Order: sequence, then C-alpha cells, then structure tokens
Amino acid sequence: MTTTPVTAQTDSTEGVAKFSVRGLDFYYGDFHALTGITIDVAENAVTAFIGPSGCGKSTFLRCLNRMNDLIPGTRIEGRITLDGADIYGPGVDPVDLRRRVGMIFQQPNPFPMSIYDNVAFGPRLHGVKKKEELDGIVEQALVRANLWKEVKDIMGRGGLTLSGGQQQRLCIARVLAVQPDVLLMDEPCSAIDPTSVQKVEDLMAELKSSVTIIIVTHNMQQAARVSDETAFFLQERQGEPAELIEFARTAEIFTSPHDRRTEDYITGRFG
Amino acid sequence: MTEPEQAGSERVNGGLKMMSRATYVREALLKNLFLLCAIVAVAAVALIFVFTIARGWEVVKDPGLAAFLGGAEWSSTLGRFGILPLVAGTLAITLGSLVLGAPLAIGTAIFLSEIASPRMRSIVRPAVEMLAGVPSVVYGFFGLVILRPIVAEITGGMGFGTLTASVILAVMIVPTIATLTEDALGSVPSGIREASYAMGATTWQTIYKVLLPAAKIGIIDATILGMGRAIGETMAVVMVAGNAPQFFKGLGAPIATLTSQIVIDMSYATGTHKTALFGLAIILFLISMGLVALVRALSRLNEKKA
Repeated sequence: MTTTPVTAQTDSTEGVAKFSVRGLDFYYGDFHALTGITIDVAENAVTAFIGPSGCGKSTFLRCLNRMNDLIPGTRIEGRITLDGADIYGPGVDPVDLRRRVGMIFQQPNPFPMSIYDNVAFGPRLHGVKKKEELDGIVEQALVRANLWKEVKDIMGRGGLTLSGGQQQRLCIARVLAVQPDVLLMDEPCSAIDPTSVQKVEDLMAELKSSVTIIIVTHNMQQAARVSDETAFFLQERQGEPAELIEFARTAEIFTSPHDRRTEDYITGRFG
Repeated sequence: MTEPEQAGSERVNGGLKMMSRATYVREALLKNLFLLCAIVAVAAVALIFVFTIARGWEVVKDPGLAAFLGGAEWSSTLGRFGILPLVAGTLAITLGSLVLGAPLAIGTAIFLSEIASPRMRSIVRPAVEMLAGVPSVVYGFFGLVILRPIVAEITGGMGFGTLTASVILAVMIVPTIATLTEDALGSVPSGIREASYAMGATTWQTIYKVLLPAAKIGIIDATILGMGRAIGETMAVVMVAGNAPQFFKGLGAPIATLTSQIVIDMSYATGTHKTALFGLAIILFLISMGLVALVRALSRLNEKKA
C-alpha cells in the first residue's frame, strides 16, 4: 500500500526526527492546557511521555494525529511537522494524517464485528476489495501483532468475545493493517492483565524497527523498560498550562535527570 | 448510652429509636397506594381486552372464522365481513409510511447524534419531539386540506387514498423512530467512534460502517415501534384514506384499514356487523402484542450479544 504524503509546506531542515514540534500551545476553550512544547521525536524508536495525571501528555499525544479536532472548542498554536510537513498546515486532510499515524487507546475498543472484519476495516476504507489481498493483509497484521496463532481458527467470531489483552492486540493489528508510519499509544496497558502487558511490551520492541512508537504511560517501570527516549510533562500549579520539563534518553532520565522536578517525580516524591 | 426521650418517639430500645407508629402507617399506606395505581392500570388493559374478546369471539360462529379471516369482501349491506381488504389496506399504508418515514427519521437521528452542533441540536430535537405532541386530527386536517389536492394533481382522482395517508403517517412516525434511533446511536460506546476516526475513517464512513451496524438492533426496534404507531393510527387515516374497503388499486385510490373501518362503521353497526368490528379490535390487539413481543425478543438478543 502506498501512503500519500501529507502535503503543505515542507521544511528540509529537520533531520531524522519523525515528529518535530515547535512552540506548541493548546487550549480547550478558555483553558490553556499545554504551553511551549518543543520536542523532536526520533524515527523508528520508542518515545515515552510520562508525568502525573492531568499533565497534558494524552492531550499532546492527541495533537499528533489531530484527534483533538473532534472536540469542539479546541485550539492549537505552534507547529507540528511529520517528516517535515506541517500537519496543521492549510489544506491538510486530518483523515489522511490519521491513516499514517495510528492510535491505540487505553480501553481496548474493537468494533462490534468479527475479528477478520476488525482487521480488514482499514484496508477496506482504502479501497482494498479483493478477498485474497485482504486475507493476506489481515493475516500479516495479526502475525505482527502476535495474535495470529490465537485467533486464526476463530476469525469469524466477534472481536468483543476475546479477552481484554487479546482485544488490545486486535486493536494493534487493526492499526498495523494500514501500515502506519507512527503508532501513538495512549496508556495501552493500563486496562489489561499483566501477562498481556508483557505481550504488548514485547510487541513494541519488535515493531519499532519499522514503526515509530510514542507511548503515554503512568507506569515509570514500563517507560524504563520499553522506551529509548523519555519526555517528562508537568502541570506545576492547578489552572496553569502543563509544560515539557525534560526530554532525554531514557537511561539518562532515570539515572541522572537534570531537572529537580523530574528527579522528584521518578523517585516517587509526588504524582 | 441513653438518649433523652423525645416527644413522639416513646419507645427506646438499646439506644436505637423504634420506627414511630406514624411513620410506619404512612409508609404502608403509600406502598399500597402505588400498588393500587399499578393494579388499576393493568386492570384497565385487562378489562378492555376481556370485553373485546367477549364481544368479538362470536365471529367464529357468524360469519365464521374462515369467512372472517379469509373473506375478500367487507360489505355491511351484503352482510359480508371478510377482513382481507382491510388487512391489505393497513399493510399498504404502513409500508408506505415506513418507506417514506423511516429513512427520514433515521437520517434525522444521525444528524442529531453525530453531526449537529450542540446549538443546532437544541433547536432540532424539541422540534422533532413536538411532532409527537400534535393531535392526530390536526395531521388529518392538514392532509385533507393541503396534501390531498396535491396528491390529486399527481395521481388523478380525489386524492383520498394510500399515498396521502402514507405521507401523513410518515410524518407522524418520525418522532418515534428518530428519538429511539438517536438513543440507540448514543448508546454505542464512544471508544468505538474514536477508534474509527483514528483509523482514518471520515464522518460518513464512521456512520455507515461502524455506528449503524453497531446500533442495528436498536434501530430495528425503533422502526418496529414506529410501525406499531402507523398500524394503530386512526383519526388522521380516516380523514384522508377515502375509506373504501377495497384492495389496493393504485396510490391514489381510496382504501380502508382495520382501524378506520371500525370508526366508519361503529355508529350504526348491529348484530353480526358489530361482532365483526370487535373481531377487528381483537386482530389489532394481537398485532400490537406481536410487535411488542418482537421488540422484547430483539432486546434480549441485543443484551446477549453485548
């Protein structure tokens, strides 16, 4: 499948960054949620966003595939580029952006249809009609999501009949079926059992060679285990916008953070 | 620990106050009052049902069950009381109203649930709900005065008949179907909606590939209840259907239904004729019971699936 590049203005200055964010401010109506976010997310790596509840890390994640567009009254300032193209540029179709930037949610949300139809959903949207071609895509996506062995004989069964952990991997397969460049994961493991968490984490390690992964997590051990780089977000005072406090290689953040607030957070002094 | 005794709560038992006699009596009275309300409601339905059956069951003797259920002619002057033309009339008008009204209602529900801004919704929703509050005689009058001449232009004839009745009924069933369909769409988990958008689906793709299939049973339920409304509606139909108990002869030809025939005949029917009218009432009872049973079966199916 070919992906159409997001058009609009293109910069050639940014290097290997997949996402490049400059001076981002975000508002829900009158509420100023994020301010001054500047970050470069590396390609084919796992980047973790950590921070206490309500620090805006999920909000920021949802800026990256423009899911916040669906909430009336939201507003964004600053600039986000994907492979150099401004994703909020004039004329950019958010629908096309979302085909390249897939998303996994906290609560597994398979469609109330068969396992096969769940995975075939995206390819069908893009106009794949031939049965053999679809079969191939579906199988490959399920294999990549480490779910194929468990479901290959029950493809006609409803996606909602699977266990929570299987449902989450089904959702991952559903996204992988459209060959996204980026996978945004919004606390993907907080609603599933520990064995499944292990499987999803293994999966992230396998996928990162081909997909750029950004994960929001409450679980610092998880961030330490799975990510290459870690960004720490914090809303310092109630009513003020949240900021990006520190962004560095994961090992560095967890062993020798530069900012006192980062240290306080990862050593469990608050949050 | 003993509490000082207060006036009205004379008995104290181990520090806990006993329920006062007055509270006890009031609670018991209220409980029985509500029970009485429920009994009266059920009794009213049961009474009507029993009375209708008592007056109508003799259709099995005269004109006879076969002649009643299978007869192709309804004519009080000839003493023929076959319900087939009335059943056909009811079916034609119900089908017509569903074909016109269900898409309109489901479209309205989709607009309200998925597309309209909160402001728009606050204008459109009360307007739709108001349709349910308009007395049916007003619909009938509108149909008679405004719609009938237009239909007469199109189909020829007087404009009394299937088409006029179907259009009026279509508008009348919109609030029923629209409100229930909106509920069905609203009960689809929002995570599914988000997942669809996040997969790169457009609003339209999200609606017809994800939301409508997910809300399917609720929408079928809504349509069945709308159908029940169409089958049972009488006043507006009597005013525009033309009231000729004949089989469907075209969209502009007069027609009669199970309900309209009762209204037309009831003032002068006697003997077998009157029994036959009660027979029609029994048939209507059975239809509505069947529809209710169908809706309940579907809801159970839906619960099992969820």
